[in-house]
Amino acid sequence: MTSNLEQDLAALEAEGRRVISEAATERELEAARVRLLGRRDGRLTAIMRTLATLPAEARPAAGARTNEVKQTLTRLIDERQAWLDAQKRDDAPVEDLTLPGRTPWRGARHPVTLVIDEICHVLATLGFSRARGPEAETDWYNFTALNTPLDHPAADMHDTFYLAPGVLLRSHTSPVQVRTMQAHAPPIRIVAPGVVYRRDPFDASHAPAFDQLEGLAVDEGITFVDLKATLAEFARGMFGSRARVRFRPSYFPFTEPSAEVDVSCLICGGGGCSACKGTGWIEIMGAGMVHPAVFEHVGYDPERYTGFAFGMGPGRIAMLRYGIPDIRLLYDTDVRFLEQFTGTS
Amino acid sequence: MNISYRWLLDLVPGLDAGPQECADRLAMLGAPVDEVVDLGGPLRDIVIGRVERAGRHPNADRLTLCVVDAGGGDTVQVVCGAPNVTEGAYYPFAPVGARLPGDVVIRRARIRGEESQGMLCSPRELGLGRDHEGIMQLQGTFTPGASFVAALGLDDARLAVDVTPNRPDLLSHLGVARELAAAYGLNAAINALSGAPALPPIGDARAEADPAAGGVSVRIDDVDLCPRYFGLVIRGVKVGPSPEWLASRLRAVGLRPISNVVDATNHVLHELGQPLHAFDLDRLGPSVVVRRARHGERMITLDGVDRALSPQMLVIADDRRPVAIAGVMGGADTEVQESTTAILLECALFDPQSVRATRTALGLSTDASYRFERGVDPDGMRLAIQRAAELIAAVAGGSVEPAAAVAGPGLSPVPRVQLRLARVAQVLGEPFTADQVAGLLAPLGFGVVEAAPASISVTVPGHRRHDVGREEDLIEEIARRHGYDRFSDELRPFRPTAVPTHPLFRLEDRLRTVLVGRGCLEARTAAFAPEDAGDVALLLPLAATESRLRRDLLPGLVRRVEYNFARGARSIRLFELGTAFARPEGGDVPAESTRLALVLTGPRQPAHWSGTEETFDLWDVKGIASEIAAELGLALAPGPAAPILDDALSFRLLAGENGEVRGSAGRIRPDLVDAPAWAGDVWGLEVELTASGEAHPVRFRPLPAHPSVERDLALLLPASLPAAHVAAAVRDAGGEFLEHVAPFDVYVGAGVADGQRSVAYRLRFRAADRTLTDAEVDEAVRRILRRLNDDLGVQQRA
Repeated sequence: MTSNLEQDLAALEAEGRRVISEAATERELEAARVRLLGRRDGRLTAIMRTLATLPAEARPAAGARTNEVKQTLTRLIDERQAWLDAQKRDDAPVEDLTLPGRTPWRGARHPVTLVIDEICHVLATLGFSRARGPEAETDWYNFTALNTPLDHPAADMHDTFYLAPGVLLRSHTSPVQVRTMQAHAPPIRIVAPGVVYRRDPFDASHAPAFDQLEGLAVDEGITFVDLKATLAEFARGMFGSRARVRFRPSYFPFTEPSAEVDVSCLICGGGGCSACKGTGWIEIMGAGMVHPAVFEHVGYDPERYTGFAFGMGPGRIAMLRYGIPDIRLLYDTDVRFLEQFTGTS
Repeated sequence: MNISYRWLLDLVPGLDAGPQECADRLAMLGAPVDEVVDLGGPLRDIVIGRVERAGRHPNADRLTLCVVDAGGGDTVQVVCGAPNVTEGAYYPFAPVGARLPGDVVIRRARIRGEESQGMLCSPRELGLGRDHEGIMQLQGTFTPGASFVAALGLDDARLAVDVTPNRPDLLSHLGVARELAAAYGLNAAINALSGAPALPPIGDARAEADPAAGGVSVRIDDVDLCPRYFGLVIRGVKVGPSPEWLASRLRAVGLRPISNVVDATNHVLHELGQPLHAFDLDRLGPSVVVRRARHGERMITLDGVDRALSPQMLVIADDRRPVAIAGVMGGADTEVQESTTAILLECALFDPQSVRATRTALGLSTDASYRFERGVDPDGMRLAIQRAAELIAAVAGGSVEPAAAVAGPGLSPVPRVQLRLARVAQVLGEPFTADQVAGLLAPLGFGVVEAAPASISVTVPGHRRHDVGREEDLIEEIARRHGYDRFSDELRPFRPTAVPTHPLFRLEDRLRTVLVGRGCLEARTAAFAPEDAGDVALLLPLAATESRLRRDLLPGLVRRVEYNFARGARSIRLFELGTAFARPEGGDVPAESTRLALVLTGPRQPAHWSGTEETFDLWDVKGIASEIAAELGLALAPGPAAPILDDALSFRLLAGENGEVRGSAGRIRPDLVDAPAWAGDVWGLEVELTASGEAHPVRFRPLPAHPSVERDLALLLPASLPAAHVAAAVRDAGGEFLEHVAPFDVYVGAGVADGQRSVAYRLRFRAADRTLTDAEVDEAVRRILRRLNDDLGVQQRA
């Protein structure tokens, strides 16, 4: 059978189901019947006429399929007719069933929460528990313990809000790594979502307070291969079984080797589109092997333990996933925006 | 860092990757390229124009009427608004029909009555710089009508390389070339400059009055901040515009050509990464001192700003005054000008932290300070000064003294770094042999010697001494050169985490489920608050209205209600889980608490054709508050609780036997809400979450085996008597069979005396082991009524 004919029949069947189920009176139902099955100008009749033009070997299958659609539509019309008859009976309850039903307000989790929930869920299957830490920190936790001297240009990567000399709003969730290692001995596998602060005025792609999420795994025998494997597995769990990841060298003071992690574009799947600027890849995470200096700061033996850490922005992932063009929409609390996420949780 | 692709080709002969491929490769080497700009493409239509004649426009003082030879045998008439048109000079010319960057198309025009067939262009119109003061006069001789792009060597691409702070070596063309060359198995090296004979190697003059240094001496007072300083004298230079090849190279990387001497130093900075500075020697004393600035010293820098210096800053000075801020910017006093004939060329190393502190204090970041604070190659200084001297001699003439005045010990040599092959495998998860490691590191300039079995001794080249100092740094280099994508990503077994999930996550999750089920939308707002709503101040807030961290969440949510009112929303049901901040309890770190806040206003349900609209009221917020209190193991009691709530319509959420207040719920005071006239009451709740405040665990109770008996009692209560007191008295007097008491109707009006109300309670009785008789229930009800009458003066309604 030719695919054109198959498409026409499928479209006819779909339209037939719709118009028949919407027919509220006998007159409307009859009009639908004539339009679909009428012997002179009916849509199905027109399709049947083209059967004769098909090659002989294609005709039996095409004929059978056409007949099947005809029977389906005929049955639906009969059922609808029976329903219309039932409505007319004297003892039928007099209700206009087309009026809307009673519904409660629907609530929704914030889109960033939805993404955090999903990330934590996927990472839970990889053995990660959830940890948290304070938003106001000392610069020791935010920088020094993370191998970032305050007088080094690396500290410029974060323009920080200070509350007092040496006290700041954390510029990343990485201090949770330090606090967790101080409080627990390995093995450690944690994920730490939280709010972080940077002195960036609000614009379409920056917010002075936004969400970040940190992962940390420390034990004997953890290697760069484990980092790659964990994040590749995470990407498949989070973005679908066909998602691929790419690791590029990068620099973070508290990891070495360090990597930027790209995921094959969520929109085009890797072919190249406007979301990935034609590259097929979207930068989604920073990651790396925990720097031995960090272990030294928390009192772990760096010769014995190795580990990996990674960080990502749930807000950015939410924007990509839901097609949100401006980060301010996430934090403006416009109910017309938030209502769009009802039914997702 | 802007990189010119053609410049790269000069440094890596045999590189056959195109600009985009180089960019892709650099990304995989750790230096992503933000954009690749085709410099020539947008200027394809521009040709060389020679101005044959230039005269006043008959009808406009500021306009010039030019006759331009743009090739093709004929000349065209062009009206030009620039002040610098010179007869006989060459300019970029856009003929009629030409497309300029930004998709401007040149059309035939009549300007003040005179025909204009094309446009003579300024650098900005061509996207070659910000300069818009005049049209772009070209240096040299050209063929009119020839392609402007080809004539100037502009068929180039600019790669905007994003260099991480650990890799100052990539802040130069040679550094980027070195990476690419290693990746492609090629060599990177600078080439001899065309048009200049190579100078003999420049010597060192350490003695005070060494004539070989041209009468200049250098002394360093603060060797810790400046470990090495070269000062090279060049006399007889002729300062003027750079030749076109040099000017276009600088334009290709986004710089504005200034003069041949200055352009030569900028060329070396972008080629080798070594910042240089040229002083006008005739305006400089013969003794150069590198020292800290003195209290009260001031200097006007090249950008014309008069700056106050402090002793934390390092300066270059002569015997009278500072002439440059070390590593940041030179002084206007000794700036190279057209009249300059002799220069002192500075090539120095400055301490990164010192330069960083100085430029931060001055708020002045320059190409030089950017490189010094990240680290300049100490082994590259000789090459840089040699290169600069040859370049200046080539483009500005002059004679270079045979030796440079030198001071400072230089940097101590980098210690060798030991690398254990076992450690490489421990970190990377895959084994590498000594030969493999050598093959990966050597092309970047590392010296690799196998020192012991499975252990390698590595010397670090000068251009990497700022980021490679320990074993881990070398392991990263091995992984990077090997290629991250070539490592396995096979999932291996792991041990379970020793860290339990923080209990607040589960609590937050449950509250979200409850409130989303109640139809509420989750908000996430920033914790910034105005001064009156927070106790913890930011040192440097973004805005005066956001100068504090919030004391409570509810005021911020009310602002979001107002935001939605202003957009016409009537039904607003928001909640937020977030952090509130209080003054430090000791030390400087503020105290934090995790809170849940909620606001409700508007219709209780979506409009429905079957009924009339009801709006949220006190009982909705009390209902939610009691549900949340149950989730948190808290009690709910009427009473004033928060200044944002009406005292008369508010509840407290209480913890433990002491009744510590953990939260509040009730009506937001109408005077604190900026609401439109049509808006109704706003109801709110805020409660602190604690990890211990978990709901009580569920325990199964056996299902009743026998039926219950219900009795309704309509009671007359004085208006001031709380219904809950009556229910408590009923419970107390009801005896063992009373299972449940709840009010089901409240009535005030006809039939009930003023000052009284009728409250109807439904009582349910049940025995666990049998069916109760009417007599047993009647007896219990009589007992209850007696107690109500005796204790509370409450009687049954007739």
